[in-house]
Amino acid sequence: MSSLPLTPHYRDALPARFGGLAAGSSTGHPDGIPAPADAHARLDAPDARAMVEVRGVVKRFADGQRHVEALSGVDLRINAGEVFGIIGRSGAGKSTLIRCINFLERPTEGEIVIDGIDLATLNPAELREQRRHIGMIFQHFNLLSSRTVYDNVALPLELAGVPKAEIRKRVEPLLELVGLASLRDRYPAQISGGQKQRVGIARALANEPKVLLSDEATSALDPETTRSILALLQEINRKLGLTIILITHQMQVVAEVCDRVAVMEAGRIVESGEVFDVFTHPQAEITRTLVQDVVREALPEETVRAAQAKAADGSRLWRITLSGDSAGEPVITELVRRFNLSINLLQGHVDEIRGRPFGSLLVLASGSAHEMDAAVAHLAQRNVSIEEIPHVG
Amino acid sequence: MSAELLKLLLDSFWETLIMVGASTGIAALAGIPLGVFLVISDRGSLLQNLALNRSLGALVNALRSTPFIILLVALIPFTRLIVGTSIGTLAAIVPLSIAAIPFVGRLVENALREVDGGLIEAAQAMGATPGQIILKVLIPEALPSIIAGLTITIVSLIGYSAMAGAVGGGGLGDLGIRYGYQRFLPDVMAAVVIVLIALVQVIQFGGDRLARRFNHR
Repeated sequence: MSSLPLTPHYRDALPARFGGLAAGSSTGHPDGIPAPADAHARLDAPDARAMVEVRGVVKRFADGQRHVEALSGVDLRINAGEVFGIIGRSGAGKSTLIRCINFLERPTEGEIVIDGIDLATLNPAELREQRRHIGMIFQHFNLLSSRTVYDNVALPLELAGVPKAEIRKRVEPLLELVGLASLRDRYPAQISGGQKQRVGIARALANEPKVLLSDEATSALDPETTRSILALLQEINRKLGLTIILITHQMQVVAEVCDRVAVMEAGRIVESGEVFDVFTHPQAEITRTLVQDVVREALPEETVRAAQAKAADGSRLWRITLSGDSAGEPVITELVRRFNLSINLLQGHVDEIRGRPFGSLLVLASGSAHEMDAAVAHLAQRNVSIEEIPHVG
Repeated sequence: MSAELLKLLLDSFWETLIMVGASTGIAALAGIPLGVFLVISDRGSLLQNLALNRSLGALVNALRSTPFIILLVALIPFTRLIVGTSIGTLAAIVPLSIAAIPFVGRLVENALREVDGGLIEAAQAMGATPGQIILKVLIPEALPSIIAGLTITIVSLIGYSAMAGAVGGGGLGDLGIRYGYQRFLPDVMAAVVIVLIALVQVIQFGGDRLARRFNHR
C-alpha cells in the first residue's frame, strides 16, 4: 500500500530487532499526551451517547470434542456517530465479534446492547426488526447475482414490506449517494469490485440504519479503490451521522477513517483509544507491529550497527516522537543551539494521522554528558517524547 | 410408412408428451419443496431438523434405487387408488411422478447448496425471515441450476416413459417395442428413435437457453 499517504520510509523492516530496541530505557511519555490506557476514561464521557455496548462477551465454538474460545470476555462501548475500528490479525476474533454485534453469532456469555436494547431479550421477530436498523457490508460484497444493482439495493426494503413506489423513492437517492445511478440496471457480474462494494453500502443504508457494520469491507479491493470506499464511508458518517464499526487487518484503514480503535489479539481487546494516541504511543506488542505497517519505524540493520558503533564513543541514540503541537517545533535546531550538541539524523518522518501531525526522528546525539541530560529534561518539559535506545554489545 | 402407422406415431408422440409433461409438472411441484427442505433442515441451516432430514433423505435414496420397472408394478394399487385405474396413459403418470420427485429433490438440493452462504448471511443481517430467504434469495440465485436440473429430469422421464407400455401407458417407446421390435417393422423403430432424438434435442436446447437467460453470474 505504498500509495497511501502514510508512506513507509524503509523497505527493510526489522520488527524483531526494533521490538528489542524499543523495550530499552525510556524517559516515558510526557504529560499532555494521554496514553491509550487512559482513553477509557474518555469513552465514558457523559456527553457521548452509547450506540453499541459489548459487555463481557464470550463466544465458544464446539469443534468436535474440543471447545474453541473465539472471544474471551470483550467489553466495548461505541458512541453514537463515531467511526470505530477493530483491528487484529486473522484469527484474533474480530470477525466473530462483529458478527456477535448483530447476533449472526449468538454470544455464549455477555450482552450486546444496541441503542439501549439488549439483543438477547428479543424474540426472533423482534431480533429481525432490530437487524433492519443494523446495516452490514462484507468483504466479498454478498450481492445477489440474480438481481440488478437497483434490485439489490431494494432487497432490504422488499424484505421489510415497503411498498414499491416508496422503495423507488428510497433507492434512487441511495444510488446517487454512492455514485451508481448510471449502473442501476447492471448485474453484479458486470461491475467492478469497488462498484460492488458501493452497491453493498447502498443496500446496507436502505433501511436507514443506526449502525453500520463493516466486515473487512476493503480487504478484497486494491489500494486506490480502498481509499475511495473509505472516503465514501467517511462521507456517510458525516452526512448521516451514522455510527460505523469496521473491522480490518489493515492499519491504514484505521488511520484514514476511524476516530477510535480497539486492537484485538487472541479473543481479547489488548488496547483501545483514540486512533492518534494508539498510533503515537502503542502499548501492546501486537499494536506496535500493526502500527509499523503504516509508520515504518524499523531501521535497516546496517544503519543500526553503524549507529551503535558510534554510540560506543559516548554518543547516544535517541528516538524523538513529536505529536500534536510539538510536531511543528524546531526541536533539532534547539538541541544544536541551546545544548551545543552535534546531531546526526538517522531516520525521520512526519505524517498526519486523523488530521494531527505526528513525527518520529531517530538521531545520534553527541556532546557532553551533562548537556545531553539537560537536553532530555528540556524536551520532556516541552511535551516531546524522547527515548534513549541502548546500544547493544 | 402407411397413413395408419403415421397416425399411430402421432398418437404415441402425444401420449409421451402428456406422460412426461404431467409427471414433470408434478415432480417439480413436489420436488422443489422437497429439495428446499433437504437443504434448510440440514445441520446448521435455517430450520435444522436432523431427524426429519435424515429420514426424508433415506426415503429419497430408497425411491431412487428402486428400478423404475419394479416401481411401476409395485405402485399399481396406489395408482388405482388415485386415478381409478392402473392401465393407460393417465395411470402411467403416477409412477413416473413418484420416480421423478426424489430425482428433482436431489437436483434442487444440489442447486441450492451451491448458493454462497454469504448471501444467506447477508439476508439474515437484513432481517429476512426463513421464508423470505428461501423465496427471495435461495431459489432466485439457484434458478439457472434448477432449470438445468428440470431439463435433465424431462430427458430422463422420456426414457422412463418407454417402460410405461408395461401398464398400457402407450407412448413412443411402447410403439417402438410393439411395432418396431415385436412385429419387426424396422421403419417404425427408426421413426420412433428419430422422433425421440429430435424431442430430446429440442428440450435440451430450450432448457439451456432458459437457464442462460436467468444466469447473471
